[in-house]
Amino acid sequence: MSPRPRLYLFLAGIAGLVACYLWAFGGMPAFGHYPGPYGPAILRAAIAQTHATGVVSAVNFEYRGFDTVGEEFILFTAAAGLSVVLRRLRGEREGGRAIPDADNSNKRTTSAAVRVPALLLAGPTVLVGWWLASHAQTNPSGGFQGGVVLATAFVLVYLSGEFLAFRRLSPVALLDAVEAIGAAGFAAVGLTAVIMGLPYLYNFIPLGQIPGAVSSGGVIPVISFFVGLEVAAAFTAIIGEFLEQTLLVRRGA
Amino acid sequence: MTLMEVLQAVVLALVGAGALAVVLARDRVRQVLVVSVYGVLLAVLFFTFQAPDVTLSELAVGAVALPVILLLAISKVRKREQ
Repeated sequence: MSPRPRLYLFLAGIAGLVACYLWAFGGMPAFGHYPGPYGPAILRAAIAQTHATGVVSAVNFEYRGFDTVGEEFILFTAAAGLSVVLRRLRGEREGGRAIPDADNSNKRTTSAAVRVPALLLAGPTVLVGWWLASHAQTNPSGGFQGGVVLATAFVLVYLSGEFLAFRRLSPVALLDAVEAIGAAGFAAVGLTAVIMGLPYLYNFIPLGQIPGAVSSGGVIPVISFFVGLEVAAAFTAIIGEFLEQTLLVRRGA
Repeated sequence: MTLMEVLQAVVLALVGAGALAVVLARDRVRQVLVVSVYGVLLAVLFFTFQAPDVTLSELAVGAVALPVILLLAISKVRKREQ
């Protein structure tokens, strides 16, 4: 297609898009006015029903828990798929001294201005990550956020110039096991309720006396813990696979 | 217009400008850095719209994890091109 008709076609398309967009815009509710009945109903009932003041977590892990199991397995499958694709390549090229060589080349290129703050931040990052993953029931944190923050702690260890330390702290076999435990743990919490004759993912653990206490919320903190394990292991595994790919190719060049 | 709405409008404009900057950055490594800043902008946006949980996720994923993975992928592709 020559440029001129293509331009006309584009202009016709964009005009249609703008018209539809403006039409849809006219029918939207006013800014900040949510028209659905579900949100206000949850807000009224959530704290009394779950004793969790982190209402977002209560929605994610309890009211909508079945949906979150699916999301959990999306991440699990993504990490597993990536490992399958990248590890086959690694097997093809693997040599005896691959990682020590990569570690040395890495040490030469990392400056102290990056290494020292990265090392200093790694410990506090682990603490913040676990705090987030274990406080889903009390505030707007949760297993996903905590897990990703935990994974960034491993990135900090790598940035401090220690690929060997990164691999020693996160051996592939351990990561795979932790990821599987996290994913299976979430599903198992739901199945435990079924075994007790309750609906899947029913909150069968006592809710605790005080809403907002760390021990409150029943299954919510347990699920959040497993999600934290799964997400931290999945992200660390993904980043580790990418790191190894990069370093191995560097060795081959 | 309340102060909060002014803040929300300002952050929305910044996010729009940030998205444009991501598209306009032509150098790949520079684009990754712009994506990282864009992730921080999005996190601020979510915070001003009262979603602190999404803010935390966006900060960790959008500003750290995604740029790290992209940088590693670019590094690998570059090695192959040489």
